[in-house]
Amino acid sequence: MKYAWRNDAFAKVTGRARYADDIKMPGLCHAVPVYADAVHARLLRIDPEAAGKSPGVLGVFTAADIPGTVKFGQIIRDCPTLAGDKIRCHGDVIALVVAETRAQAMVAGDLVKCEIEDLPALTDPEQALAPDAILIHAELGTNLVNEHSVRRGDVSAGETASEYIIAAEVTTSRIEHSYLEPEAAVALVRPDGVVEIHGSMQHPFSTRRFVASTLGLPLAQVEVTGTPMGGGFGGKDDTAALVCARAALCAWLLKRPVKITYTREWSMRESYKRHPYRMRYRMGLDAEGRIRFVYVDMLADGGAYCSVSPWVTWRSTVQCCGAYEVPNVHCDVRAVYTNNVFCGAMRGFGSPQVNFAIEQLIEIAGQKAGLDEITIRRRNMLQQDSVTVTGQQLSGHTVSLRQVMDRVLAEIDYVNKRQNCSFGDPEAEEWYGIGFAISYRGMSLGAEGTDFNSAIISIQPDGSVILETGIHENGQGSESAMILLAAEHLGIDKNRIVYRRSSTSTIPDGGTTVASRGTLMGGGAVVDACHIIQDKIGAIIRRKLAVDPAHLLFREGFIYDEASARRLCSFNEAIGWCYQMQEYPYAFGVFKAPQVSWDEHTGQGNAYFTWVYGCQAVELKVVPKTGQVVLLNMVAAHDIGNAVNPAMLSGQFYGGMAMGTGYALFEEFRHQDGKGISSNFHNYRIPRATDLPPMTAIIVENPDPLSPSGAKGIGEPTNELMAPAIANALYRATGKRYLKQPIQPDRRGAFPQRPKENLSTPELGDGSLPESDSTDRIKED
Amino acid sequence: MRQVTITLNGESRSCLVKPNETLLDVLRDKLGVKSPKCGCDHGDCGSCAVLLNGKSVRSCLIFAIECEGMEIRTLEGVSGDKLSALQEAFIEFNSFQCGYCAPGVIITATELLETNPHPSLDEIKEALSGNLCRCTGYTPIFDAIMAVTKKEDE
Repeated sequence: MKYAWRNDAFAKVTGRARYADDIKMPGLCHAVPVYADAVHARLLRIDPEAAGKSPGVLGVFTAADIPGTVKFGQIIRDCPTLAGDKIRCHGDVIALVVAETRAQAMVAGDLVKCEIEDLPALTDPEQALAPDAILIHAELGTNLVNEHSVRRGDVSAGETASEYIIAAEVTTSRIEHSYLEPEAAVALVRPDGVVEIHGSMQHPFSTRRFVASTLGLPLAQVEVTGTPMGGGFGGKDDTAALVCARAALCAWLLKRPVKITYTREWSMRESYKRHPYRMRYRMGLDAEGRIRFVYVDMLADGGAYCSVSPWVTWRSTVQCCGAYEVPNVHCDVRAVYTNNVFCGAMRGFGSPQVNFAIEQLIEIAGQKAGLDEITIRRRNMLQQDSVTVTGQQLSGHTVSLRQVMDRVLAEIDYVNKRQNCSFGDPEAEEWYGIGFAISYRGMSLGAEGTDFNSAIISIQPDGSVILETGIHENGQGSESAMILLAAEHLGIDKNRIVYRRSSTSTIPDGGTTVASRGTLMGGGAVVDACHIIQDKIGAIIRRKLAVDPAHLLFREGFIYDEASARRLCSFNEAIGWCYQMQEYPYAFGVFKAPQVSWDEHTGQGNAYFTWVYGCQAVELKVVPKTGQVVLLNMVAAHDIGNAVNPAMLSGQFYGGMAMGTGYALFEEFRHQDGKGISSNFHNYRIPRATDLPPMTAIIVENPDPLSPSGAKGIGEPTNELMAPAIANALYRATGKRYLKQPIQPDRRGAFPQRPKENLSTPELGDGSLPESDSTDRIKED
Repeated sequence: MRQVTITLNGESRSCLVKPNETLLDVLRDKLGVKSPKCGCDHGDCGSCAVLLNGKSVRSCLIFAIECEGMEIRTLEGVSGDKLSALQEAFIEFNSFQCGYCAPGVIITATELLETNPHPSLDEIKEALSGNLCRCTGYTPIFDAIMAVTKKEDE
C-alpha cells in the first residue's frame, strides 16, 4: 500500500482552506438573484424601482444591462444569463440586486416586481414532441434537443433467433448533486481591465467562455481561478459558470468587486440535475442464454436548456447494452426540452440510468432462460478482443470484467450467501438479499469532443518544483495525484513539489475536469513534462560529466546511469548545472488522447480509447412490515490501471457507493408542475452516516498501455453500479423487481409480501447457484 | 445593534450584532472565523457546527445575541500549536475530500470523544448522523475516529 497523502490536508483539517465564500476584500459588495414565480411565461416588464430605493442597494440589473450576449451554452446557446423576454423554468433568474451587504440585497430582492403572462407549462417529456406541443425555444422550431442512435446487426433476425424475449419499461428520477457548498463566486475588474473571477466551479475554462460571452470580452481579458471547491460531482459547470458570469456582470457595471453566494434553496431551485430517463427495453436470448438482440428506446427530460444533454445521452447509447456482447442492437435516445429545471452533467453522465435498467434486465432474462445471475453474465460479458455494440474491438488494454466480478463475488462470499435469500418469504420476520452489478465505462470524453491536456513543470534553482496542469481540483485530490506522479518520474521527494493552482491565464485550455479524466489526461501530461525534463537534464549531464549513459534513472533525489547503476549526481546538482549552462529546467508537457471515431448515422465507431471495468455487490435486509431497508455490507472492485494514490482512490470507491445508495433508495428531486418541492436537505434526502454499511474497496490494477501513467479514471465508475446492485439484492430479498428509481416501499409503507404459493416459481429452482462454476462452458461458447 | 461578548477559541471577543443575526453569520462576517460553513442554513447539514460551552450546536440555528458570555470553540480552536489526534487521523485516513463538511464533522467528533472516549461504531454513526458528507461515504471518517479511540487505549 502506498500512502494517504494530499497537499491540501493541513488546510482542510484546520479550517484554513479558503473557499469562494470565504474570500473578503475591500469594497466587496453582494449580489443576489431574483426569480419570478413562473414556470413558462412571457416576461413583460421588470420594475426595479422599489428595490433600487432600498437601503444599501447599488444596482438592479436585468438582461437589458448585459453588454455581450445574453444567451450562452456549451453546445446550444439557449441559456440566458438573465431571462429577457421569456421565462422557461422556475429556476430562471430575471434580475440581480447588488447591495453593500448580502442582507440588504436579499431584502431588496423581494421588492423587484415583474409583470408576466403565463404560458401553458410543458412538464411531461412524453408530450414534448407532440405536434401541438408548445415550443420552449420558438427559434429552434422543435422541442427535440438531440437524438442519437446505434444500429448494429439485424434486430429482426436477432428476434427470430431468440428463444426467450423480455420487455420492460424502466424509469429513473431527476436527482440533485448535493455538493455541500452551494455556488459562490467573486468577480472584480482589475486596473488592467481584466475581469478576474474566483469561484466554486469545476471548469475554469468553460466558466471563462460564459463570462467572456456575457461581457462581450475576448477570452484573454477574463481570468478565472478556481478556489477549493466544496464538491461538484459534475454539478458545478453551467450553473456555477452562470453564477460567475452574473458576478462578473455586476462587477463590470459597478466597477466594484462583487460576491454572489447562493443559498441552498436557490441552488436546488436553479442548478441542473441528473436527467430522468424513461427506457423501454426488449431483449432476446437464444436457447443457450446468449443475448441475440437488444431493442431500446430512451427518452431523457433535458428540462429548459440544452446544457450537455447531447453528450450525456450519447454515453447512454454507447453503453446501452451494459457490459455485454450483443450482435444485434437498435437503440434510439432522444433528449427533449420541457419547462422543468434543466439537466446536465452528473457523476455517471448517462450511465447510471442505463445500468439501473440493463443490470436488472440481464437477470430477468437469464432467469427466463433458467440461468442464474452469475452464469448469464459470464456467458454474455465482454472479454478480451470482444466487439462492443458500437463495433469497437476491445483490444490494446486488459479487459478485466471477469476478473473484477470474480474478485467481488469471492470477497462477499456470494455463492454461499445467495442461499440465504428470502424472496419475500411470508413466514420470515426479516428478508435477506444479496445482489451485484457489473459495468464497463468509456474513459474520458471519447468521441464527445477534443481531448487533450497539458502540464507545466518549472524547477527552481534549489531543486524545488512548481507544477501545474490543466486539471481542476474538485476536492477529489487531483493536485495530489499530479504531485505524486511528478515525484515518481523525477525521482524526488513529493514535498519538494508545490502545486500551483492554475488560472485560465497561466495554462492553455485543457478542457473540463469531467468524465473521470483528471488522472488519465492531466497525469499523462505530467508524465510527458517529466520526460522532457529528464531529456534536458540528461543532455546537461552528458556535457558536464562527459559521459554518455544510454538511460538515466531518477531515484530518491539522485540520477544514475541505469545500465551500470552508477550514481552520476544529485538531482539538485543537475538543476544547478542547468542554470549555469543556460538551460531552463522547465517543461510544457502535453497528452493527446488517442484517436477515437464516431459515425452519427449508424452509431458505430471506436467510442473511447480505453475502458474501466467494475463490479459492486451489496447485502441487505428488509423489514417487510415497515419497508425499512437495512444495508449490511458493500464490496466494489474497479480496474483502475495504476493506483497513483490508493487511499484517495478508495475514497472515490466509498463515496461512489454511498451516492449510488442514495440514488437507489431515496433520492429524487420532487417537483410539481415544474416547481421544485425539494428545496433543502430536509426534503431532499442524501445518505447519512447511519444509512451506510461497512464498505470494502478492491483496487484492481492492469496498467493501461495507452495511458502514460498507466492510470485510468475512477470518479464515475464507482457511482454507476450500486443502484442496480441494490435493486438486484432487493429482488432476492422481497421477490419483487423494482424498475422505478428511487426504489420505494409501496404506499402502505411496507414491501408487499409474496403469496406463499408463488414462492416455488423458479428463482433458480431453490435459490441456490450451481455448484460448479460455468467458466468451462463459456470457453466453449 | 447590541454588544455581545463571547470567549472565542480562548480569546474574549466583542462585537455589535443585530437581534436576528445568526451565530454563523457573526462568526464568519464579523469575527473573521471562516471554518464554520453554511451548507443549508436550516440545521440539516452540520457544516456550521461549533462547540458552545462544550456542546456541539448548529451555529446557523442560534442567534449571536443569545451567546452573551458563552464560550465558543470552532475548528480554528481545536488545534493549538499542533494538530489534535483526531485531525491527524483525518489526514491519515483520508477522511475528507472536498473538505467543506470537515470543520463540522471534526467538531462533532471532537465533542463525541470528549464525552465518550470509547464510542462503539454505532455510537459514532449516531453522533455523526446530523453531519452530511457527499464525498467520502463516511467510512474513512468512522475509521479515523476508531483509530483515535484505539490510540488512546495504548
